[in-house]
Amino acid sequence: MQPIRHIRSRTAVLPYTNIDTDQIIPARFLRTTTREGLGKQLFADWRYNADGSPKAEFPLNKPQAAGCQVLVAGRNFGCGSSREHAPWALLDFGFRAVISTEIADIFCNNALKNGLLPVIVDEPTLAWLLEHPGAAVEIDLEHNELKLPDGVSVKFPLEGFSRYCLLNGVDELGYLLSRSELISAFEQQHR
Amino acid sequence: MRTLFQKIWERHEVVPETADAPAVLYIDLHLAHEVTSPQAFSMLREQGLKVRRPDLTLATMDHSTPTRTEQVFGGAPITVESAAAQIAKLETNCAEFGVELLALRNAERGIVHIIGPELGVTQPGKTVVCGDSHTSTHGAFGALAFGIGTTEVAHVLATQCLLQRKPKTFAINVGGHLRAGVSAKDLILAIIGKIGVAGGTGCVLEYRGSAIEALSMDERMTVCNMSIEAGARAGLIAPDETTYRYLADRPRAPKGAAWERALAAWQSLPGDPGARFDREVSLDGTEIEPMITYGTHPGMVMPVSGSIPVRPDDAVFAKALAYMGLEAGTPIRDQAVNVVFIGSCTNGRLSDLQAAASLLRGHHIARGVRMLVVPGSQPIKRAAEAEGLDRIFIDAGAEWRESGCSMCIGMNGDNVGKGEYSVSTSNRNFEGRQGQGARTLLASPLTAAASAIRGRVTDPRELLHS
Repeated sequence: MQPIRHIRSRTAVLPYTNIDTDQIIPARFLRTTTREGLGKQLFADWRYNADGSPKAEFPLNKPQAAGCQVLVAGRNFGCGSSREHAPWALLDFGFRAVISTEIADIFCNNALKNGLLPVIVDEPTLAWLLEHPGAAVEIDLEHNELKLPDGVSVKFPLEGFSRYCLLNGVDELGYLLSRSELISAFEQQHR
Repeated sequence: MRTLFQKIWERHEVVPETADAPAVLYIDLHLAHEVTSPQAFSMLREQGLKVRRPDLTLATMDHSTPTRTEQVFGGAPITVESAAAQIAKLETNCAEFGVELLALRNAERGIVHIIGPELGVTQPGKTVVCGDSHTSTHGAFGALAFGIGTTEVAHVLATQCLLQRKPKTFAINVGGHLRAGVSAKDLILAIIGKIGVAGGTGCVLEYRGSAIEALSMDERMTVCNMSIEAGARAGLIAPDETTYRYLADRPRAPKGAAWERALAAWQSLPGDPGARFDREVSLDGTEIEPMITYGTHPGMVMPVSGSIPVRPDDAVFAKALAYMGLEAGTPIRDQAVNVVFIGSCTNGRLSDLQAAASLLRGHHIARGVRMLVVPGSQPIKRAAEAEGLDRIFIDAGAEWRESGCSMCIGMNGDNVGKGEYSVSTSNRNFEGRQGQGARTLLASPLTAAASAIRGRVTDPRELLHS
């Protein structure tokens, strides 16, 4: 995995609460056996009309959203299923971070495993971000800081080990495999 | 003094958690299915890794599988091509990596969270994982069971371990008892309604109290199944005599001297009296009524006898009601229904089918209603047929299918049509879940059966007295 240190981008905003994983990537797209190419189907049922044409009013279809790497969403983003296809679709579309006041547990874990950064902020900060789509922000992973326009800066929490893995491009499977002897010892003990 | 959760956690720490690193937690049982495993097996293949403990791994097929008999047993081709490919992929992966698979025509195949308990591999005190959020179901046995993503599936396949930070604990105390016509499904819907869809985020829920203790294993599984819909990591119910009686007859549960040893270990699991939880909430089981969802997440739930809430300045609420074609402040009773689905890992067990059949016996479903009854596993299907439940469903005008997730997630071609109202015994009413534009109302098997007979949302207690 590539190390992540900074993300600089304008924001794309979805001002809805409880955006669930069935919206992020509908189940009919889970029949794939690979992880590539899901960006086209991201938010498929919100993004496209029945004939496949893009819905003009959907925020991610607007010209301002093109090239945005940071998604701002209402609380409890990513609730629902454990489908890792959800962060895969977001990443394939071009997002590298999601900002909200609450991000669901399983989605959060899956996001971190794939280098999609979950950024938790307080309500006033989220309110400001929801009201200012297209704001130029910077996420500084080294200092756990989200920098907003006008010099405002807020800290965000991030579990230390995940942060370490992201900053250094450390693969968690490699880390677990390196614990193999301890795992064997545990198995011996618990036979 | 430790809770059930703490006891299980401590017994599985290969390396305890520190400030710098999560715990390395050993996994006793890894269940797999065709949707979330292909990319995990590919990861192992790419790195030349083997499955560390095939003996602790069991795969089934459920999400993409057809439920039409001719496609399962009749040699007819699976109509959804990508589903056929995904099923074939699981077969080749399991063969290559030496993982036991309950394949399409296997007599024990079924929905992953139904077959584990049925076979007796789900046991108290175990850590159980699966690439599926409803893994919380197995917590009904006092197992620590939670859903994981595909990358973590690869971690478990390769190392039989996961990196985990300890979640918080949240006791849900339910006193009193469920009244006639009120089901375990209504109880868990009421709990989600009370604590909200993010109420359990970061927590393992433990369900306790007289109403919980009175539940059968099937009912406990229904409750624990939907823990994830409250945002929780997992849900637990302490094992007791009900649990041990269920397990004693299961094919893969320990026998003889091994049973005695296991039983002694299980009996040491329930939490110490006075052990503290990070949060607690109480409900009175006696006050719970048949429930139904009206919106686009499981927290948008109400008694069948009630009215849809009014939330004047809530744009997201208004959007949800617009999708559902429902009006704030109106009763949900008598809403016309197009489809009724009985099945899923929430309510696809024999007792759920018996409950639905008890109302449908001697009745026909209303004109204009399409009803699908999908048993949770092939053993459940056979047991239902031995009791004649299939005849009750077919005579009532419902379709009786082979097992699978079917219409809960609609991946296999069993879908609800655009704009159709579906009363479903499944676990999620998100927009488009059962089909694009589908309008899902989650309910118990009794409520679903009653609604099928009347052709509109119906309180099952009205039919229980007739």
